Amino acid sequence: MTRTLQAPVTVAFDYTRSTGPVIGRFLSGLRDGVVVGGRTSSGDVVVPPLEFDPVTHEATTEFVEVSSIGTVTSWTWVPEPVKDQPFDRPFAFALVTLDGADVPLLHALDVASPAEVRTGMRVRVRWASERTGHINDILCYEPLAPGEAETPNEVAGTSGDDPVTGVVTPVSLDYNYAASPEESLFYRGLNEGRIMGQRCPTCQKVYIPPRSACPADGTPTAEEVELSQTGTVTTFCIVNVPFLGQKITPPYVSAYVLLDGADIAVLHLILGVPADEVRMGMRVKAVWKPRDEWTFSLENIDHFAPTGDPDADYDTYKHHL
Amino acid sequence: MRDVAVVGFAQRQMPEFDGSPTCVELLVPLFKECYEQTGWTRRDVGFWCSGSSDYLAGRSFSFVQAVDAIGVIPPVNESHVEMDLAWAMYEAWIKIQTGEVDTALVYAFGKSSAGVLRRTLALQLEPYTMTPLWPDTVSLAGLQARAGIDAGLWDERAMAEVANRSLTDAEKNEYAIRKGGSSVDELLARPMYADPLRKHDCAPVTDGAAAIVLAAGDRAREVRDRPAWLTGISHYVDPMGMGVRDLTRSPSAQRAGAALELDGVEVAELHAPFSHQELILRRELGLTDDVAINPSGGALASNPMFSGGGIRVGEAAKRVWSGEATKALAHATSGPALQQNLVCTLASSPGSTAATEGARN
Repeated sequence: MTRTLQAPVTVAFDYTRSTGPVIGRFLSGLRDGVVVGGRTSSGDVVVPPLEFDPVTHEATTEFVEVSSIGTVTSWTWVPEPVKDQPFDRPFAFALVTLDGADVPLLHALDVASPAEVRTGMRVRVRWASERTGHINDILCYEPLAPGEAETPNEVAGTSGDDPVTGVVTPVSLDYNYAASPEESLFYRGLNEGRIMGQRCPTCQKVYIPPRSACPADGTPTAEEVELSQTGTVTTFCIVNVPFLGQKITPPYVSAYVLLDGADIAVLHLILGVPADEVRMGMRVKAVWKPRDEWTFSLENIDHFAPTGDPDADYDTYKHHL
Repeated sequence: MRDVAVVGFAQRQMPEFDGSPTCVELLVPLFKECYEQTGWTRRDVGFWCSGSSDYLAGRSFSFVQAVDAIGVIPPVNESHVEMDLAWAMYEAWIKIQTGEVDTALVYAFGKSSAGVLRRTLALQLEPYTMTPLWPDTVSLAGLQARAGIDAGLWDERAMAEVANRSLTDAEKNEYAIRKGGSSVDELLARPMYADPLRKHDCAPVTDGAAAIVLAAGDRAREVRDRPAWLTGISHYVDPMGMGVRDLTRSPSAQRAGAALELDGVEVAELHAPFSHQELILRRELGLTDDVAINPSGGALASNPMFSGGGIRVGEAAKRVWSGEATKALAHATSGPALQQNLVCTLASSPGSTAATEGARN
């Protein structure tokens, strides 16, 4: 058995950003198949244009169209591309100073081996056939063969009148997520139909789920404690509002359940009783899903349901609210 | 200015941490070491500050859970930066300067191996024209290394010399995860990886955590006979775009160093995750050949995200504590290709503290 439970996790979000007038001007240019730079107070043409001048801090207002052909000023080989890079096979990243610009623009360079690249080589922009106003409207740079006529690549005729004002960048990150040893104990217990906590040796509090350290004392909680499957509703709310992904039809009750022997309540559902009859102090027990549905999850417990026992005395849970 | 010293330091570094990215499990023993070094309990710590990133952890609010390692009943005075430990230390240094507290424990942690580190770090780039290309850290460093090679400022041999010295020195560092020097010629005979970088030119992906304890004046003298006094601390940042700065230079490192009194520095711990970056830093900080560079092995031997810079401070402090050095320099970097740099000096005597104020001139 491995020390910790691990599982792949993907965290993804589409970042939607407004561009402002300067980056918007640059991205509008890309959509139209033109590379646009901005002139700084020193007279340099910077690509992409800077929103504000690095010396005077004035907003950039002078835009200059530069060539889509330029010179490699530095490059690096990418032997093992990562997800979402311009190519999924080895390629080069290059800094290229386009003719008419004074500083280089980073993008991929389509070559098959590092032997095909050198600083000073001439390259041109390869345009995407469908352009939306995004840095990836440039597919990559491609080498110009020595002696080849310096002709820009054709730009297929998409063009819009509306300036680009926003850009969407999907970000998706893959992780191998490990639970802590204590969390692993908890989830392994659930997979066997048990609810496991741990006791802090300093304050004697029992934590569920167990944590790597007692948040009150900073002491590792080493002693394992199997908890009762019965507990007390300490506080609750009635969910009346529908939301995306909701699995139960409102109204239903989300409650903190203080299992007997624990010092931390767990959040779970209270079913098997009308929502308006749930109350503080109600005694409830875990109702598990069928065993063949168990996994390493708190969802193995389908919900908590009333035991029918008399309510717990307020003094038994008042310190856990 | 109050005299503030580094009086405690603890670290853990490993290729792959088999545990939760919240790293509480790593932090508890680190704090214990700090308590043992200082004779304090957590209640003696006036201020806490951590450095970490949820992008590394792959979960939200991981720094909040990390606070479990402190134990917060009664509540503690606590802050967080999404930056390296060295910047957490800077915040604590400021906090002590305000007079509100006399002591601080700063810590940082990161499980780089949970994701693809060089890809994750693309999220710190300019989000419109850079991040969508996913330029990974190694590629950006490669562009920088090539620029210096083309300009004749360094060559592959000079880079290999840095790597060989680092890996040789790392043999004496129990925390280093890559160690064992050979010879410059042997390193140069190894295959190219991200041309012009070989694998030993790039810091290894490292998981880990570290903690630093600061104390003011007599509180520091109570802890150690020879505290490592922070006699100067300064940090600056360069523009984010790769095109708008000379990649062979690090103006922010130069400026941070110029704000401090660097005469008499015997040892320098430089946070250079790529071999050529040490060459840039030595030049920008004006470090001559008689300054011992990275006796710990430096970042090429291990570079845990969010603590790799602060570990340089801790390693420098250890040499002052031991009497090996009377004055040491520590440097931390952040951002792509040495974009942001913090420099501090640590000395056996508090002297007069030169801080960022010096750089206004």
